[in-house]
Amino acid sequence: MEKLIKTRRLIADNWQLLKPLEGQSEVEVPAGGAVIVPLATWQAQREALRARGDVGVWLDGSSDPEDIAADLDVLPLIAINYPTFQDGRGHSLARLLRERYGYDGELRAIGDVLRDELYYLLHVGFDAFALRPDQNVDDCLAAFDDFTEGYQTSVLRPIPLFRRRVAA
Amino acid sequence: MLIYSFSLYLGLTRIATPPNHRETPAQRMYIYDEIDQRMVDERVAQFRDQTRRHLAGTLSEEEFLPLRLQNGLYMQRHAHMLRIAVPYGLLSSRQLRQLAYISRRYDKGYGHFTTRQNLQLNWPKLSDVPDILADLAAVQMHSIQTSGNCVRNTTTDQFAGVAPDEIVNSFVWCEIIRQWSTFNPEFARLPRKFKIAVNGAKNDRAAVMVHDIGVHAVRTDDGVVGFRVVVGGGLGRTPIIGSLIREFLPWPHLLSYLDAILRVYNRYGRRDNKAKARIKILVKERGPENFAREVEAEWAHLKDGPSTLTEAEVARVEAQFTRPTYETLPARTPSLEAALTTNKAFAAWHRRNVLAHRVPGYAAVTLSLKQTGVPPGDATAEQMEAVADMADQYAQGEIRVTHEQNLVLADVKQAALFELWEEAKALGFATPNIGLLTDIICCPGGDFCSLANAKSLPIAKAIQERFDDLDYLYDIGDLDINMSGCMNSCGHHHVGHIGILGIDKQGEEWYQVSIGGSQGNQSSIGKIIGRSFAQADVPGVIERLIDCYIAHRAHEEERFIETVRRIGLDPFKEYVYGKADQDAQADRRQLAIA
Repeated sequence: MEKLIKTRRLIADNWQLLKPLEGQSEVEVPAGGAVIVPLATWQAQREALRARGDVGVWLDGSSDPEDIAADLDVLPLIAINYPTFQDGRGHSLARLLRERYGYDGELRAIGDVLRDELYYLLHVGFDAFALRPDQNVDDCLAAFDDFTEGYQTSVLRPIPLFRRRVAA
Repeated sequence: MLIYSFSLYLGLTRIATPPNHRETPAQRMYIYDEIDQRMVDERVAQFRDQTRRHLAGTLSEEEFLPLRLQNGLYMQRHAHMLRIAVPYGLLSSRQLRQLAYISRRYDKGYGHFTTRQNLQLNWPKLSDVPDILADLAAVQMHSIQTSGNCVRNTTTDQFAGVAPDEIVNSFVWCEIIRQWSTFNPEFARLPRKFKIAVNGAKNDRAAVMVHDIGVHAVRTDDGVVGFRVVVGGGLGRTPIIGSLIREFLPWPHLLSYLDAILRVYNRYGRRDNKAKARIKILVKERGPENFAREVEAEWAHLKDGPSTLTEAEVARVEAQFTRPTYETLPARTPSLEAALTTNKAFAAWHRRNVLAHRVPGYAAVTLSLKQTGVPPGDATAEQMEAVADMADQYAQGEIRVTHEQNLVLADVKQAALFELWEEAKALGFATPNIGLLTDIICCPGGDFCSLANAKSLPIAKAIQERFDDLDYLYDIGDLDINMSGCMNSCGHHHVGHIGILGIDKQGEEWYQVSIGGSQGNQSSIGKIIGRSFAQADVPGVIERLIDCYIAHRAHEEERFIETVRRIGLDPFKEYVYGKADQDAQADRRQLAIA
């Protein structure tokens, strides 16, 4: 069973993540059911998939927001893949999608999603976290509160502390 | 004071009890508010939990590694090493006493001041580290982001706030950057480490040209303050002087501009090869003009956004810094002038270790941590306490750590200099060698560091012993010798007038020598003079380089680095390798060309 945290609760995951077979970039898309397809598949079958409403797309950290900018209004879910938790490119990508492109659907972290990264991932704009299977869910739920304040701007705190300090 | 110096003399070990935090005089420290304090306290709790999970086996070494690194904890050759942040090198006497306590309670009673103005402990136990962090938090200190692939401790000029050539007080801007960089979610997993330096004075004393970002304050003719922004400088395997990407950035935009640079780097910096992951490689691969264009394009979206700094915030940060109180003193101090004429040793120390101060009647004093035989930058717990006492007595309770690995007391009355000198002498801090050949910048090297290819400390010692004649040292004058035990360049060898690099040749330790490197306004990367040397030969090589300089200098005031710039490398090579050897090499080159 996948461990999915969304809006800080463990929930059942209705989405199926489709990964291409070794050596391929695209996947077979089933006719129905909520699926998350790789960007290459989305781009190849864009017109058909756009119309469905139950298809999300997953990106790598190296993707550019422009790759899907024209589809943000119809995408219910965008996932960003972390091949390793140390690859922070997805952090900037997530933030750009939220702040510059105004994406307000589900933004899901997938791949090497670990307890000690959740605070940062939450603040760059993710609201859903597909935990790596070995992660302890209770530990992970506590991770969002590792820090109760932050100095700089983030998706969750668009106003930096120094402006709020003055207001207080 | 007396108690500490006696205990040092007698080699007594004081019982490790937490220092009694008595009231200290006014000093130039940033004082945490409730939120600042909460942030470091929460960090302690977080790391305590991470350590617990690691020791319990639920957090693997591979996954614990970046977490502990971002708390300054390395696994070294013999033990763990903990790098404690000294933000922009500024310490209160109270904090220094706490560091002395920590080094005694959890370590072997000494610490090592680094070229990033931090303090390293070489022997802490992993299970003790959460307690060490808690003890640090108790005095508004931490080890946040002193290692790992994130924005590191921002460094600056050790004479900030007191230098006569000051444009802005860089401490304020460093603190603003410290807050911006602390747990910055977007930039927590960068391709590689990221070092920022701020210089607030006309002369660059913060090595801004060899940092990932160098920020140099400028003031326009009509009094507007801003920053020159230099990107992609650095030492390490690929030494590069940074590229100017913005001539003038008005101060309100500092953070949004840093956001833009870091975002471009985070997205496009190489992650496939650790050796090519620093921002300098990205800047070099794209070309500085293209890189600057990308930053400007990103910044266009962020400019004037919520990160735009306000006068209120700068004033708030300034106000959180306590400030020294100065008496109105005459510019000239007769007692000092008398002592300078009658005491040659004092005059020598005054010439090298005392700097002019912007306030009449005051001076800034550098305490040398470069006594021959003592590893550069090392200080015992007793010495830290003694310095804390001296700071309370003479310098309003404030100490600065320099990136040359010395300590500075920045606000000393000129009338107290003689007394201070006598005390410093008794403690071994008055070696009158600041800026001289024996003031060697040196990493811990192969004796401690697991990355090192070669030892560095014994070579520093051998050089200091070879050049033990003070008159000769003064005759040689300003000369930076910088030494690193490996290509990571923690000893900044690339910007030493003479740089020494430890290398590994089939399991043996060899040393490569370069000359012509320089930090400051005229930064340059040194050039290697030729094939490398065995450890025992290094002091002799330095001697021959000096002989060449003495023989060729245009006049007594021409410094070593100026002679190198004027006459080039060849005469120095001849002195070191011999003319015959050089001719033979030239022949081989000719043959190769033919």
